[in-house]
This record gives sequence, C-alpha cells and structure tokens, in this order.
Amino acid sequence: MSDIDKATVAKIARLSRIKIEEDRLEGLAGELSNIMGWIEQLNEVDTDNITPMASPVDTKLRWRADEVSDGDKRDAVLINAPQGEYGFFAVPKVIE
Amino acid sequence: MTDLTKLKIAEARDALAKGDLTSLELTEAHIKAVEASSPLNAFIVKTPEIALKNAKAADERIKAGNATAMTGIPVAIKDLFATKGVRTTACSHILDGFVPEYESTVTQNLWDDGAVMLGKLNMDEFAMGSSNETSHYGPVKNPWRAKGSAKGSNADFVPGGSSGGSVTSVAAFTAMGATASDTGGSIRQPAAFTGTFGIKPTYGRCSRYGMVAFASSLDQAGVVTRSVRDGAIMLESVCGFDAKDSTSAQMDVPNFEAALTGDIRGMKIGIPKEYHLDGMPKEIEALWDKGIAWVKDAGAEIIDISLPHTKYALPAYYIIAPAEASSNLARYDGVRYGLRSAPMGASLEDMYEATRAAGFGEEVQRRIMIGTYVLSAGYYDAYYLKAQKVRQLISNDFKTAYQKCDVILTPTAPSAAFAMGEKSDDPLAMYLNDVFTVPASLAGLPGASVPAGLSSDGLPLGLQILGQPWDEANVLKTCGVIEAAAGDLGAPAIWWE
Repeated sequence: MSDIDKATVAKIARLSRIKIEEDRLEGLAGELSNIMGWIEQLNEVDTDNITPMASPVDTKLRWRADEVSDGDKRDAVLINAPQGEYGFFAVPKVIE
Repeated sequence: MTDLTKLKIAEARDALAKGDLTSLELTEAHIKAVEASSPLNAFIVKTPEIALKNAKAADERIKAGNATAMTGIPVAIKDLFATKGVRTTACSHILDGFVPEYESTVTQNLWDDGAVMLGKLNMDEFAMGSSNETSHYGPVKNPWRAKGSAKGSNADFVPGGSSGGSVTSVAAFTAMGATASDTGGSIRQPAAFTGTFGIKPTYGRCSRYGMVAFASSLDQAGVVTRSVRDGAIMLESVCGFDAKDSTSAQMDVPNFEAALTGDIRGMKIGIPKEYHLDGMPKEIEALWDKGIAWVKDAGAEIIDISLPHTKYALPAYYIIAPAEASSNLARYDGVRYGLRSAPMGASLEDMYEATRAAGFGEEVQRRIMIGTYVLSAGYYDAYYLKAQKVRQLISNDFKTAYQKCDVILTPTAPSAAFAMGEKSDDPLAMYLNDVFTVPASLAGLPGASVPAGLSSDGLPLGLQILGQPWDEANVLKTCGVIEAAAGDLGAPAIWWE
C-alpha cells in the first residue's frame, strides 16, 4: 500500500495543484514511499472501537447572533491581490 | 549601555516602574543589537520606527501610572503572526509582499499591554521544519557554538525549528522575549537548542486568529524568553479568550507569575518509561536523571508512568499535520494574495499549478502531497481515520497517567543542536527530532522546555515539563524549580557583531 510510483506522484501533484516536472517524479516517489512506509507502523495499533479524535479540546462550537459584524472592506480585501481590477480579483481567461 | 540588552523582562519591568530606566533607552539598545545581529539572520523585517514610537508611548503610559508588566518591553514577532501594515509571509515565497490589513490577536494583546515591536522573525516555511533551514529567507544560525569539538569551533549549528528566529533573537540578546508557535514541538525543541525558555499553553489558551495556519487542530501560540519568570509574564499577556477563534477557550487566564512559588513539595512528577529511546545519547539520559534528582530534592514525589502509544505519535502526526496543511494551504492560489506565476497563455489551472510550484519550497510541497495522498479517495480510512484513532489513544494515555501524577518530566529533544546541513537531506531523520514533543501537541497539552545543562560540546540542553489541560501554572512552577537547580548555564559568546 505504501509503494508510491511515478504515476501516483503525478496524480497527487495534480490533485495538489502543484506542477511537478517529469524529472522530479522518480525522486519524489522514493521519498514519499519512504515516509509512507514508516507510517505503516500504525497498523500495529489496535484501534477497534476507538472514536477518531478531531480536536484536542472538548469545546462545543459557540453560537452567536446571526448579524453582520464585519465587512464593507472591499479595497482592504483586494489590496494584496497580485491582480485586482475594477474592484474584482482578476484571473486568466476561463471562458472563450 | 549594551548591558541593557542583558536585562530580563521582570528586571526591566521593575526598573521602568521605579523610573530608573525608560523604555526609549531600553528600546534603543535593542534596536542597535538587532542591527548588529544580521549574520544570525534571525530578523527578516526590522521595524525600528515602530519600536521607537511604541517606546515613547510606553514611557507616557508608565508616567500616567497605567502600565502593565509588558509595557515598554521590546519583543520580536515570529513571522507566522499577521501584523497590520508589516510584511507577513510565514517565510514562504508564496506570500511575497503580503502586508496584512489586520492584526493577529496574540500580537494585538501584546500591543494593548504596551509592548514594543522590534521586527519579524525568521522561521521554517509555514512552520514546517525542525531546523529553520526551510525558510525562503535562508537559515538562522544558532548563537551557540561548540567548544573544541571535532566540527571546529566556528562551525554553525541550527537553532532548531520552526521557531528558529524566535529563540535566536532571545538567546542573542536582541529581543527580551519573542512570540512563537508550536504544532509538533516548534517552540520547545528550538528553546532546548538555544538555552532559552519556551512554553506552549494548552490548545485554546491563545487565539489562532491571524496566525498563518499550518495544522489547525495542533497550532498553538506561545512565547520564548530568557527565564521562566519572563515566560510567565509574557504568556499571560498573549493568552485569553477571543471570539474570533472558534476553538478559543472561554476561561480566565490566571496570574502565571504568581505560580512561581518555588514550592513543589508533595507534587507528583511522572516519568514515562517509553521516553527512554534506544541509542539516545548518554548525556541526554544523564540530564534527565539530574532533573529527576533536582525535583526530588525539592520535595516532589517521583511516579513511574507509562505512555504506551508514544512510538506511534510521530507517524500519526505525519498524517494528521500534512492532511490539515494540504487543506489549509489550498488557499494559496495566486489570486487573492502573494505570488502569482502565470506563463504566457496560461489557463487558470496552469496558473494555480505554476504559482504553487514556484511559491512552495520542497518540504512544504512534500507535506502537501502527503496530506493530499492520505485524504484521497481509497486511503482516507486507512491513513487519516486510523491516525485520528491513534491520536485518541495517545490522548487517553495522558489522561490515564494524569490520574497518578500532576506533571510529566522528560528530555525536550533526543540530542543537542546539530550542525547545519546535517539532516536537511533526510526528512525522516529531521522528523525524529520531535519525538518527545509531538505526543503532547497531539493531546493539546501545555508543555515547556527549560534550559537544564550543557552537552560535552558546550551546547545547551533542555528538559521538558508537560502539564494537564489548563494547568500551565504547575508547568511553570516546576520549570522554575529546575531553572534554579540548574544554576547559571552561561550565555553564547557574542561572535556575530
């Protein structure tokens, strides 16, 4: 299960939206296989009937009144955009 | 006047209150020290103008008689904390030029208390690393150098990570305290490597609002200082409930400094047998034994405990943390902030992929890919769910142990600081640095590293104290006793000026 081949690396890279050049796939396959192989030791642990732990604190999420508490900050939101135009985020063309 | 940088926060506070010292004098001395410390590469943004403005305001406030313990104290901020109007990148290329329009709650708490901001500190990229070598701004050098070792006395050592800039700024007398953050040991391990005191409180004590997210169920802010008392003072300032963080604890923050009574008579201190690792250096074992003897001499009771799932903490962490990171870091898309790489004629998808390839460093890419893999269809149950169950077992181990003891005493790290480059090509060797710190991070427990001795090479070593949830007070109290017993460990010789 832990053996990650070049095709799997390419698939993960695609899912991660990170462009990985062909010449890096082999090396990454080795590194990731190595790490996942080490992680396999978790299979030694009996986890039957154990509830997965998602948060270290048993706090219930708080409720608050459903009202606007912040906003009207268009320019502040856009100020760090690599390309902000006419009050919008600009991206490469997506429709022909 | 350079001696002003040697003052501890508690001493400076008292001198400021008496009028023997002004924040302006204190701040000017620190600005000079920061300037001279460039070879260490701890500061990636220096803010002397802000510092001077803060200092003048602090002096006014002290005169007006409404100062807090942190008023007028020069501190530095890990680049993980968003600071309004001051570049914040978490030392990643992908956040190039990001200047936040808002302030993190942790730093806001410091400014509300009148602290002085010296600048932003280097760190591993997105806090992913244990040596501060993954930073886009280059590595930080440990101010400590080995004495007469085979490596040569001028060899550079890592300061640990990810809070490498935080511990270095404090150890090198350029800041009186620094903010830091801990996901798997990023405060405690570097504190041990630099002879500083570092504490992470219980998950939920510090607001995560405005902290650049790595693994949200683990990330917790904390502080680094040159004494336990200073740590108590600064920690109290940064903690507190915040409605802007959904996991922030709605509880009062105690007076942490008041916990430092030095009296641990009758306290039960647990020693986990699983923390004796095969092949651990003898001097680490010896330091641990010394720590046990010190707390026993101070009247504490030593209790042997077992944390049976300890060895599974690291592999569970290296599923959970990358899984959360792969989700958190999905926001870096080249659209809203930071770097954009769009080759000629690139589609939106091409732009995403090119931006993330150019913007993330190797270790960050590796962790995003591991996280994506363990969350992907067909593997979710086998890896992610399995790790969450093991996390529960690790948390249960601590709950069981705490029925028998009040705090737990262990070494902080399995070695002293290592040489630069020594482990940077071997991710697994690097991960093993956090073997003693990760379990408490998974369980959300408070933990601290206190300087306790020097290695045979003359490099600092630390002992770790772990506490029960919300019981930072007993962690601090026990650390205070160890600090007093360890005595003066000296300071690094200033070679960088």
